[in-house]
Amino acid sequence: MSIDKDKIKHVSKLARISVNDKKIDGLTKDLTSIFKFIEQLNELNTDKVEPLSSILNEPLRTREDKITDGKMREKILENSPQKNEEFFIVPKVIE
Amino acid sequence: MVGKVMNKAEGKYIINGEKGKWEVVIGLEVHAQVTSNSKLFSGSATKFGADPNTQVSLVDSAFPGMLPVINEYCVQQAIKTGLGLNAKINSYSVFDRKNYFYADLPQGYQISQYKNPIVGEGKITLDLQEGTKTIGIERLHLEQDAGKSIHDLNPSNTYVDLNRSGVALMEIVSKPDLRSPEEVNVYIKKLRSIMRYLGTCDGNMQEGSLRADVNISVRKEGEKKLGTRCEIKNVNSIKFMQMAIVYEAQRQVKLLESGKKIDQETRLFDTKKNETRSMRSKEDAHDYRYFPDPDLLPLNIDKNLIEKIKSNLPELPDQKKERFIKDYLLSNYEANIIVSEKEISDYFEEVVKTSDVKLAKNWIMGDLFASLNDKNISITQSKVTAKKMAQLIDSIASGVISGRTAKEVFEIVKETGEEPKKIIETQGLQQKSDPKELEKIIDKILEDNKDKVEQYKSGKNKLFGFFVGQVMKLSSGKANPQLVNEILKKKLK
Repeated sequence: MSIDKDKIKHVSKLARISVNDKKIDGLTKDLTSIFKFIEQLNELNTDKVEPLSSILNEPLRTREDKITDGKMREKILENSPQKNEEFFIVPKVIE
Repeated sequence: MVGKVMNKAEGKYIINGEKGKWEVVIGLEVHAQVTSNSKLFSGSATKFGADPNTQVSLVDSAFPGMLPVINEYCVQQAIKTGLGLNAKINSYSVFDRKNYFYADLPQGYQISQYKNPIVGEGKITLDLQEGTKTIGIERLHLEQDAGKSIHDLNPSNTYVDLNRSGVALMEIVSKPDLRSPEEVNVYIKKLRSIMRYLGTCDGNMQEGSLRADVNISVRKEGEKKLGTRCEIKNVNSIKFMQMAIVYEAQRQVKLLESGKKIDQETRLFDTKKNETRSMRSKEDAHDYRYFPDPDLLPLNIDKNLIEKIKSNLPELPDQKKERFIKDYLLSNYEANIIVSEKEISDYFEEVVKTSDVKLAKNWIMGDLFASLNDKNISITQSKVTAKKMAQLIDSIASGVISGRTAKEVFEIVKETGEEPKKIIETQGLQQKSDPKELEKIIDKILEDNKDKVEQYKSGKNKLFGFFVGQVMKLSSGKANPQLVNEILKKKLK
């Protein structure tokens, strides 16, 4: 997989990371070499291997359907850059 | 608008374009809120209408280091729904992260299921005017709901309420088997009914417990290949879904007929303007970069659990319908209506436990439904409870009151909730069923109208109604009509 400038721009946009134009060339080079290294894995035939979702061979732990949490509005809102008594406040999201 | 839309005799929904006939292909992704006390991955409450941000934990607001722990009941609810949809339950499923940024999604990703959903293929049978049709279910998976953005409290800001953040949803994806707005209507109602019978989703569309993304494409009639589809996001009423389909299908036909292409995109239905438009903010929306959530292990479902849930399934609408047709001799049409809501079928069964079936179905589907419509209430809110309805019907069946008087009694019960028996007694509404008493009245009428009796006897049969009317008038409507008929016939021979 080759990494070009457009790909870098696209991925950085998706990740909401601003990438300075000056840095794009360097990043392209770095990422291409990282991908090349990882792509060595493609040499293995994995046609009949199920994707591994977890390396732990344990069952998923569950909980009962009980209300045990919540009711901490002040605490939740405390670190918000903008808020009022009830809500988080964010810049207008227009659809 | 491009040409007319017509419903042909066989019930096909076709758009007549300028250059041919077009078929509409629709698939639905229904988001159904799981009925549970607490959220999918946290112990916060799920109750609708709570004060903003009071049902939010550190997990739901995505504070660093918080870890999700799955609610076992939500898993069971998903299995139950899957079984109700005749679907395959997957013994192995995986939770994935669906990555996107939005103000009401504090995690920056939604925990969902991508490659390995908890429920696989199933089906729903629809009763349409032209017969039954089976709609395939592609899958059902569990996922978290997002918070709620409120745009109208402040002109320059959006307010965010995270009460809904993390509430369990079942996304139920249909195959592209639907062909018209009407089929969508029947499909949603059937799905809602099944889930309400199961108790897995309350189906309350006003409260957003049931919403759908509608996938629409068009193709020339007879064409096998699917056209390029557009997805209309988050439509929260059946009426709006239907309006959106009508608009969007027309738009696509118009584009294709003028030689243009359909862009596969996410669109929004503007309910005020009755149109769909592109959601530019979702340009990259399909680039979700799914990957297995490292905070959660795969979900293994034990066969015994599936069996246990299966053996405890309630009677579902289709089974109930069959039984009602068999046991109570309802028509297909009547059975469909009565089983459409669990509450209605419960009401019906309570009434017919003690009372006449024919009267019961006519009264429930007639006067009772009309009164529910008038008052815009549900059957459980009516003052005419099943017990009172049974009492009313029994009074008709045993001849205590006539059907006409019963209507008056019903009007009173519906407003006051008084017992029919009491109303009949205190207001002296019992019919006159004593033959001797009726004979007296009839004799008087025949005596007073000798000329008409002559005319009747010489062949003017229509006059029979006149005599009945007179008897009713003289008895203030309380004469037992059947008896009056019998006696009159005898006397006029």
